[in-house]
Amino acid sequence: MTAIVFDKVWKEYGDHVVLERIDLTIAPRAFVALVGPSGCGKTTFLRMLLGEETPTRGRILVDGKPLKAEPNADRGVVFQRYSVFPHLTVLANVMVGREFEEAPILGKLFGLRRREAETEALKLLDAVGLKGHEKKYPAELSGGMQQRLALAQALNRKPKILLLDEPFGALDPGIRADIHVLIRRIWNENNLTVVMVTHDLSEAFRLGTRVIAFERPRNRPEELERYGATLDDVSLADAMSKAGASITRDFEVWPKKIATPLPNGHGAQLELEVGSTDGNKPVG
Amino acid sequence: MRLLNLKPDKTWRFVLAALPFAAILVAYMFGSAIRLAENPDDKLLPNFGAMGEAIRHYALQADPRSGIYHLWNDTLSSLSLLLTALAISTLIALVFGIMIGLLPIAGATFGPVVAVASMVPPLALLPILFIIMGLGDAAKIALIVIGTTLKLTRDMALRVQDLPREQLIKAQTLGASTWQVGLRVVLPQMLPRLIDAVRLEIGPAWLFLIAAEAIAADSGLGYRIFLVRRYLAMDVIIPYVIWITLLAFLMDLALRLLQRRAFPWFAGARTA
Repeated sequence: MTAIVFDKVWKEYGDHVVLERIDLTIAPRAFVALVGPSGCGKTTFLRMLLGEETPTRGRILVDGKPLKAEPNADRGVVFQRYSVFPHLTVLANVMVGREFEEAPILGKLFGLRRREAETEALKLLDAVGLKGHEKKYPAELSGGMQQRLALAQALNRKPKILLLDEPFGALDPGIRADIHVLIRRIWNENNLTVVMVTHDLSEAFRLGTRVIAFERPRNRPEELERYGATLDDVSLADAMSKAGASITRDFEVWPKKIATPLPNGHGAQLELEVGSTDGNKPVG
Repeated sequence: MRLLNLKPDKTWRFVLAALPFAAILVAYMFGSAIRLAENPDDKLLPNFGAMGEAIRHYALQADPRSGIYHLWNDTLSSLSLLLTALAISTLIALVFGIMIGLLPIAGATFGPVVAVASMVPPLALLPILFIIMGLGDAAKIALIVIGTTLKLTRDMALRVQDLPREQLIKAQTLGASTWQVGLRVVLPQMLPRLIDAVRLEIGPAWLFLIAAEAIAADSGLGYRIFLVRRYLAMDVIIPYVIWITLLAFLMDLALRLLQRRAFPWFAGARTA
């Protein structure tokens, strides 16, 4: 079980406060969607969770232990772009995680172990609907297929937390609907806590079990009183840059969505249905 | 139709590309003919017949004293120096460039020194190299290596830093160590870019080679040119220059083909 706790976390860059006093507990197997205007610190939040940035103040705990200060295999990630390796074929992109794990010196597997890793990767590719594309390079895939590949690649290391940084932002609506189905299935069938950053509110409510909004406090009454008439005044911008964003809304999505309990306790299982590309049907 | 929308098709492309070459040739032939009409012994603009005769002499007839075919001997000597030097600098640039670009500690240590050292004019170092290493091949190779390595290294480091940060993060979330990131993510993506960088350094490499050969050598294409200069032997110099140009062009072409063959993913990734 993977609960994530943000304990009074602040993030500042010099004078500039990005995030202010984030207190948050994310339940195991939750699907949290973070929304907010651009520049509100969603991505900074995700980067801290990734270990790419450290909080200026406060702590982040995963399962009661402080978060490691650099990215590792506990946390998988899919970015909006550049998530897959352009120089590796589709199959090699998925396999490479296993190769990192089992071949510390050469970073490459051979013989029987290679065939095992291939079989495993092919199963995953099948599950995300990329069967038949194994030998292609990412540049030959469409945007949606690249994101499917990025998902398969991340899942290959069976992370406990999956971080999604606007993963579907660049996709066409139809393709986005397909991949929504896939991501829900992945969340439902694995022991995964998902944290997704998005600027699409409807996507947040459709996918998330919980939606959290970040905002800068530009509407505080005391500020309006003080600066109300001087909206374009430099001092206002100045004051705003000093105030960091914080959580302004926190919804539990209703009706409540609960991931199916996993069959044998919480061993990560990856047995997705075969042929998941035809996913325009509404789910849930 | 606007000029900027006029696109030549394949045939036209070929014709247009051939046009400047033909113009140069014709202009030379005219100039040569005019001068030779005035003075049949003119050495400045020899006609193609004279050049062909001279080059046949250098390429197909062994030197009566040493039994050496000069053109091939010079080519072999120059190319072996050039290719050895380029191989050395490519290897150094690859290792140091990736280290400087990928590891902040290595970047902080070697970045500034490489940046400063690349400002030293390599030819100014030639006397020092001759003094330290003697007049042999080692000094010439060292000059080319010094002249090309630093730029190649800086280029590599910049290109490593150009890799999207997402890729490095992603590799780490897949459990990769620093070594594995370097080996499986950075190195293979740098190889085709290295080829591009080396292609641009072929020109400078020839420059340094010819400069070094001009000063001290007993064979080599640059040596020959500067040797026959004393006799105003334009009928040798011009074919030699064309030959050097052709060699450089072929090296460039070979690298381009290698890039396309060995890294089929690169063209797609570059435009993506």
